[in-house]
Amino acid sequence: MLSIKNLHADVEDKKILKGIDLEVKAGEVHAIMGPNGSGKSTLSSVLAGRENYVVTEGEVQFEGKDLLDMAPEVRAREGLFLAFQYPVEIPGVSNINFLRTALNEIREYRGLPALEAKEFLKLTKEKQKLVEFDAKLINRSLNEGFSGGEKKRNEILQLAMLEPKLSILDETDSGLDIDALRIVSNGVNKLRSENNAFVIITHYQRLLEYIVPDYVHVLYDGRIVKSGTKELALELEERGYDWLKETYPVTENAR
Amino acid sequence: MANQVSIPLYQKLLDGFDGKFAIEQKAEPDALRQARQKALENFRKSGFPTTRVEDWKYTNVIPFLKEDYALQDKAKAGAALAHAVEAATIEDLDSYRIVLLNGQLQETATDEKLPDSISIRPMAEAKQEATFLNYFGKGTDVEKHHFAALNTAMFTDGLLIEVKANASIDKPLHIIHAFSSENNLFVQPRHLIVLHRSAALSIVESVVTDSSAAKIFVNSLTEVVVEENANLNHYTLQTAKKGLRQLQHTEVNQKRDSVYSNYTFSLPEAELLRNNLHVNLDDEHTESHLYGLYLGADQQLLDNHTFMNHQKAHCESNEVYKGVLLDKAVGVFNGKVFVQVDAQKTNAFQQNNNLLLSPTATINSKPQLEIFADDVKCSHGSTIGQLSQEAMFYLQSRGIGEDSARAMLVSAFAFDVTEKIKIPELEAHINNLITHHIPANQELIKA
Repeated sequence: MLSIKNLHADVEDKKILKGIDLEVKAGEVHAIMGPNGSGKSTLSSVLAGRENYVVTEGEVQFEGKDLLDMAPEVRAREGLFLAFQYPVEIPGVSNINFLRTALNEIREYRGLPALEAKEFLKLTKEKQKLVEFDAKLINRSLNEGFSGGEKKRNEILQLAMLEPKLSILDETDSGLDIDALRIVSNGVNKLRSENNAFVIITHYQRLLEYIVPDYVHVLYDGRIVKSGTKELALELEERGYDWLKETYPVTENAR
Repeated sequence: MANQVSIPLYQKLLDGFDGKFAIEQKAEPDALRQARQKALENFRKSGFPTTRVEDWKYTNVIPFLKEDYALQDKAKAGAALAHAVEAATIEDLDSYRIVLLNGQLQETATDEKLPDSISIRPMAEAKQEATFLNYFGKGTDVEKHHFAALNTAMFTDGLLIEVKANASIDKPLHIIHAFSSENNLFVQPRHLIVLHRSAALSIVESVVTDSSAAKIFVNSLTEVVVEENANLNHYTLQTAKKGLRQLQHTEVNQKRDSVYSNYTFSLPEAELLRNNLHVNLDDEHTESHLYGLYLGADQQLLDNHTFMNHQKAHCESNEVYKGVLLDKAVGVFNGKVFVQVDAQKTNAFQQNNNLLLSPTATINSKPQLEIFADDVKCSHGSTIGQLSQEAMFYLQSRGIGEDSARAMLVSAFAFDVTEKIKIPELEAHINNLITHHIPANQELIKA
């Protein structure tokens, strides 16, 4: 589904990603862990197509197509979804209108007719239940005045509505209390299937107790330095990240 | 006085006043003739304003006055009128509709019988009446305002609208101001709207033109009187085609316990729109709301000057103006809140936000507070910014195309104003217009 080969990327002339290789197949859940500044969020931004991130080397294939060549909205329509670490507040755009527009633009791209108002509402209700999303928030402005947990739940609601093939969760767990964490993970677990895949980016092992990954990768200094199964996450939790510094000395960052 | 030699229109107007116009006015009441004479002397002295006049610093009106304008229209094409009326149609709006062409009421284009409690007469007839003489020219400062002086001196027609005491008009009154001419035309309509005690009315005014090549300069003046406990919702949609230049002066006088809400939408593609909106609170416990949205494209010059004049105690005013500028459009916002010494316990709020969507667009924003009372609550603010790149990316990352995302964010920006519209059909209409005017593939400023 997703194939990353030797990916190098810069932000403002600083090398952040220094050769990433990753293969994700349908039905798999991958966790990417690593200390702050290792390039975790840069990886998710590059994949989603955020501006100001310059790919200098390497390639990314998504379902056999060149992902890096696509505009952000085309990536989404092709089935890529990024759950933001910091979801954006947009006063004046209602949550429901936003969801309807997004869903219908994706459907149009796939040659499907726009959903009737009734069908759309039914679908929204169903998905709201799935992620235990407060019905009162659905008519409010997008993320405006939402608590941290409500914003993250809204990300998962969007994920549920848009039914992407590949979802990248960028530190969705950071700052969540245990209830919100449980709700978010339950949502993801219910959405998991053999046809979709998840990449979970996190600093902490805690989330992986709720969403059990098939593979765990350690990202450090812009490279995946170690890969393993879920036991690797436990090892990281015990040892921390400091040992990485000694094992893998940091390479030059300036260009 | 500024040098008016370069503007033939100046002399043409003065000559016109002394000639044919003087004969026509002979039958007018003395009070009106005197007011006209006084206003004309002011205009003779002041001429048209140049950018050296503080209120015209950012709006150079002179180039728009240099055309060879006729003072009377020659051709009135029925087809052009029908076309303009169609352009003013607001989908699903249930209203009483009346149509004016170049400031004159068109009996034929007016549907449905009006309720007895509202009366609408052509100004040409109504100027003989007591109501007219009672309210005409009150509060309009013809010494300070060049165009108001000129309109007072030389207006010919317009409307007098009167709502009886205690009457609530069930449907909005949709007034379509159509302008059409085969020759370049300088036209000066004059309107007077009076809501008597405890009356209630909603007015939607649409300013439209057909797409003829002629230049039309409209110097219109509307006086509004909101008597004790009356309530007026006053909407204006300026959607004329290229070729229209308009100065719209609106002078509002509010009495005790009255509520006046003004909504002004200045949209493409008139070349010049200058709105002077003056609200005089000359009694206690009044409430005023001024909402504005100006969306400029191409090389439009959109200028909104508002003047909230708090003269008495316990009054509340609330003003929100939003601007969106594209292409080489220029916007001007000048909002003055004036709190006189007797206006204690005033509560005045003003806000102006602007979105510059093109590197060649300009906005001049000037909020002003002048306070002479010592127990008041007043605030104002002004911002100029661009679309948030982060918000654009967020929408795009959910599959929403760049053009729709941009239109969504501009609508969201205008939301503080559009959500205040009390007529749902009109709100939908305005939102559609906004989306329509945010073009695709525009070169944008990056935040």
